[in-house]
Amino acid sequence: MLIKNGLVYDPLNGIEGEKMDIFVKDGKIVESGDGGETIDASGFVVLPGGVDIHSHVVGSKVNLGRLMRPEDHRKDPVPKTEITRSGVGYTVPTTYITGYRYALMGYTTVMEAAVPPLGARHAHEELNDIPMVDKGAFILMGSNHFVMKYVAEGDLEKLKNFVGWLLKATKGYAIKLVNPGGVENWKWGRNVNSLDDKVENYGVTPREIVRSLAKVNEELGLPHSIHVHCNNLGSPGNSSTLIETVGSIGAEMGGPGSGESTNETLKGTAERIHITHIQFNSYGGEDWATISSAAEEVAKTLNKKKNATCDLGQVIFDDATTMTADGPWQHKLYKLTGNKWYNSDVEMEVGAGIVPYTFKPKSLVNAVQWMIGLEVALLVEDPWRVVLTTDHPNGGPFYHYPKVIAWLMSKKAREETLGKIHKSALSRSTLPSIEREYSLYEMAIVTRAGPAKLLGLKNKGHLGVGADADIAIYEFKENDIEGSFSRAKYVIKDGEVVVKDGRIVKEHWGRTFLVNPKGELMDEMKEEFSKYYTVSLDNYPVQPEYLPRCEVVPCR
Amino acid sequence: MGEVYKNVVCPFCGCLCDDLEVVVENGKVVSTKNACPISKTKFLDHSKDRAKPQVRKDGKLIEVSMEEAINKAAQILKESEFPLIYGLSSTESDAQRLAVELAEFIGGSIDSTASTCHGPTIVAAQGCGAVKCTLGEVKNRADLVIFWGCNPAEAHIRHSVRYSVTPQGMYVRGKKERFIVHVDVRETRTSRMADMFVKVEPGKDYELLSALRAVIKGYEVGDVAGVPAEMIKQLAERMKGCRFGIIFFGMGLTMSSGKHMNIDAALRLVRDLNDHTKFTITPMRGHFNVAGAGEVLTWITGYPFAVNFSRGYPNYNPGEFSAVDLLFRGECDAALILASDPVAHFPIGASQHLAKIPTVVIDPKVSLTSLIAEVVIPCAIAGIESEGTAYRMDGVPLRLRKVVDSPYPTDREILEGILRRMKGC
Ligand code: SF4
Ligand SMILES: [Zn+2]
Repeated sequence: MLIKNGLVYDPLNGIEGEKMDIFVKDGKIVESGDGGETIDASGFVVLPGGVDIHSHVVGSKVNLGRLMRPEDHRKDPVPKTEITRSGVGYTVPTTYITGYRYALMGYTTVMEAAVPPLGARHAHEELNDIPMVDKGAFILMGSNHFVMKYVAEGDLEKLKNFVGWLLKATKGYAIKLVNPGGVENWKWGRNVNSLDDKVENYGVTPREIVRSLAKVNEELGLPHSIHVHCNNLGSPGNSSTLIETVGSIGAEMGGPGSGESTNETLKGTAERIHITHIQFNSYGGEDWATISSAAEEVAKTLNKKKNATCDLGQVIFDDATTMTADGPWQHKLYKLTGNKWYNSDVEMEVGAGIVPYTFKPKSLVNAVQWMIGLEVALLVEDPWRVVLTTDHPNGGPFYHYPKVIAWLMSKKAREETLGKIHKSALSRSTLPSIEREYSLYEMAIVTRAGPAKLLGLKNKGHLGVGADADIAIYEFKENDIEGSFSRAKYVIKDGEVVVKDGRIVKEHWGRTFLVNPKGELMDEMKEEFSKYYTVSLDNYPVQPEYLPRCEVVPCR
Repeated sequence: MGEVYKNVVCPFCGCLCDDLEVVVENGKVVSTKNACPISKTKFLDHSKDRAKPQVRKDGKLIEVSMEEAINKAAQILKESEFPLIYGLSSTESDAQRLAVELAEFIGGSIDSTASTCHGPTIVAAQGCGAVKCTLGEVKNRADLVIFWGCNPAEAHIRHSVRYSVTPQGMYVRGKKERFIVHVDVRETRTSRMADMFVKVEPGKDYELLSALRAVIKGYEVGDVAGVPAEMIKQLAERMKGCRFGIIFFGMGLTMSSGKHMNIDAALRLVRDLNDHTKFTITPMRGHFNVAGAGEVLTWITGYPFAVNFSRGYPNYNPGEFSAVDLLFRGECDAALILASDPVAHFPIGASQHLAKIPTVVIDPKVSLTSLIAEVVIPCAIAGIESEGTAYRMDGVPLRLRKVVDSPYPTDREILEGILRRMKGC
């Protein structure tokens, strides 16, 4: 296949809007080609396929979200076609519709951000029903019994063994922490309020859990960093918790960041931390009445700490379904809104909560939240350390990403929305005074090159020789940025045209990414497992049958 | 000595015990360990009463080849204007996925046995959510366990031993550290393991649940639903004062008058209790993978049961698209029954319509429904003769094992065969 005359943006290879040809063979990008299909991309921009570093698309919690929202589904039924299956969309799309909608906007890789180990088999079943994209699963560990036990004992060797084993047993990709320690306390109806609060019965603190897992993550050489949903998420004044969390990891390094220096830093063995949906943890003020943006401070911290990265969790003014493993936060949100509330605690490991929510421009709090996400994105200097997400479906559904792209690339687009939000919000954030507009190149970094790099997916996020042929081609219109990125002209997945003129033309089945770190379950762990779990250890690891198409990503 | 399989998952009830030992000799299960009497019988009798491929000719079921039976099934579904697919709860999730695909392909309705047991539970949870947990949380933490309108001592035999009454958990060790309550219209064997039995007047569960809510919110109540005021107060105090409480409930609550309103009251009661302590609630699901049917339907269609595809996209409406209602109104003109025996459970009017229309039955065993069928397709027994995923009553997914070979193909293979034939022509 030949993609001819397109304007190529490929930040990982330093290509910024060059007219060039791209050759594809056997699902990979190759040096040169000999015939096959030719796509005339004249007048179009050619980008690597999008990479979503954090989304909630499958598993027990997402499916409870679907289950509890029939009123939502009715607003967005999706009929079957000759090529595609039916389903529903709106805030918690069904598996097939999830795959199609990602593909339609040119996204070809999606990471499920929160899988409870005991529910991993379920998550993989659903992943196998998401067409079009490649995928992976982050495994929840921040309130895991064995993790906290070995952190308490200060035994990093055992911790490493357990974590490595758990990633293999669950066929996971990365270590996820959600309100570390707080989720265990929620099992008694309580929470932690700071990095130094104690987890009941274990005596450990969130700070110790985060630091230990960060260390173990690097010693195992995992491709991604630890992926952290901080304590105190959602609460006014919580930026201090975020800043302390970032500060607790590794040492300060490096000079002011260019893309290159950052890439270098990320290659080293220094401990890294990824703060997810940073918007939800960048609040100033003391309560809901005084809530303000702490984005400036947060961005300052990130500008200094080169080992820290983030994704946005941008808020969209629309319906959302909030769902996190942060049980106590979801309970608080239920109390705040009076909306329906699902809670689901998982033995020995984690919990989850789900509450429907609507972000309204005329709500002061929501308006401030909307500003913060964009503000962080525009104030953090190095785009390689910022990833575009909405924490789907928490800040809003993923198919609104093109809206976020428009806000990042156009001050005018921001001003239009600023004109509609609660007036008192305007003085609580620096967003109105920010001039910066992302270039197409920077946009390509925060939606594909950057997240691929942070995930350690060497064949994703770029169009160099050897990369997976996941390519998105758009007709870019300056005056309709949102429209330009909502429906790709062409999407090529593993070398096949799967989207043409904004329609799915072929159903494709992607692979699941796994890691294979060191780590074995020790006898004492086995003994304790059989005492306190209600399933046999034999039946716990996810069997190979659940990974019909997978690829092991090597450790570093 | 035969072959010994350890930690086999039991494919019979929603407890999904996964510690069974099964011994196989000459392709037959000869003994089991850890299995409860229900499970043991099912394992030992796996080769008894097997169905045969049959097609009704001149009013009589005649044995035919598998090929002919599957062909005939495809033909029936193809000629039908408004087919119904029903059952799903006693097979594994891949077969359930294919059943949904088939329903979508033919533009019919699909419903699981949930609509006649815990359908109201789902409807109530869609209204207000639910506070749930996995069974290990109960084992490790629950110091107050309430069985409401259910009889685990007879229907979920090992529930009490493995999860809820006697196990040695991390923070709660054995029965002496747990307080067990049984609420029901009459005493059963479950009452015998309880520390407190609350006898509620039939059909008055909603009133009793509401009274408990009121007391917990600080109101005074008198005698309600035949339960003395003092007892209600006592129970409410226990609920507020425990460290970790759970209500397990069954069809005594979902199928008595009030139905989903009963569950709504129970779910809200538990929600309120979380202002005071940790409290959770879990339905006692009957068939071993009825929970899985809900999961699969939900991730593919957005809806857990009673789904209709006649518009090309999924529509959900219990009462309209639930099997019993469709049959009662005589709306569907063909049916495919998979992994369940509706004639044994449905009201007579619904069963009569099933007998009137061409009905295809896929079942490993001879069932009442297979006797009225137009086509009978025997299949392997999921969890004994074929692998697959099942979801426990609390949503924990486990992999079923295959311990013996089957003379018949799996549900999955049969459904694939039907789909292939329908798509092919
Ligand atoms: S309690 Fe249920 S799952 Fe356990 S052995 Fe008996 S029938 Fe099987
Ligand atoms: Zn998230």
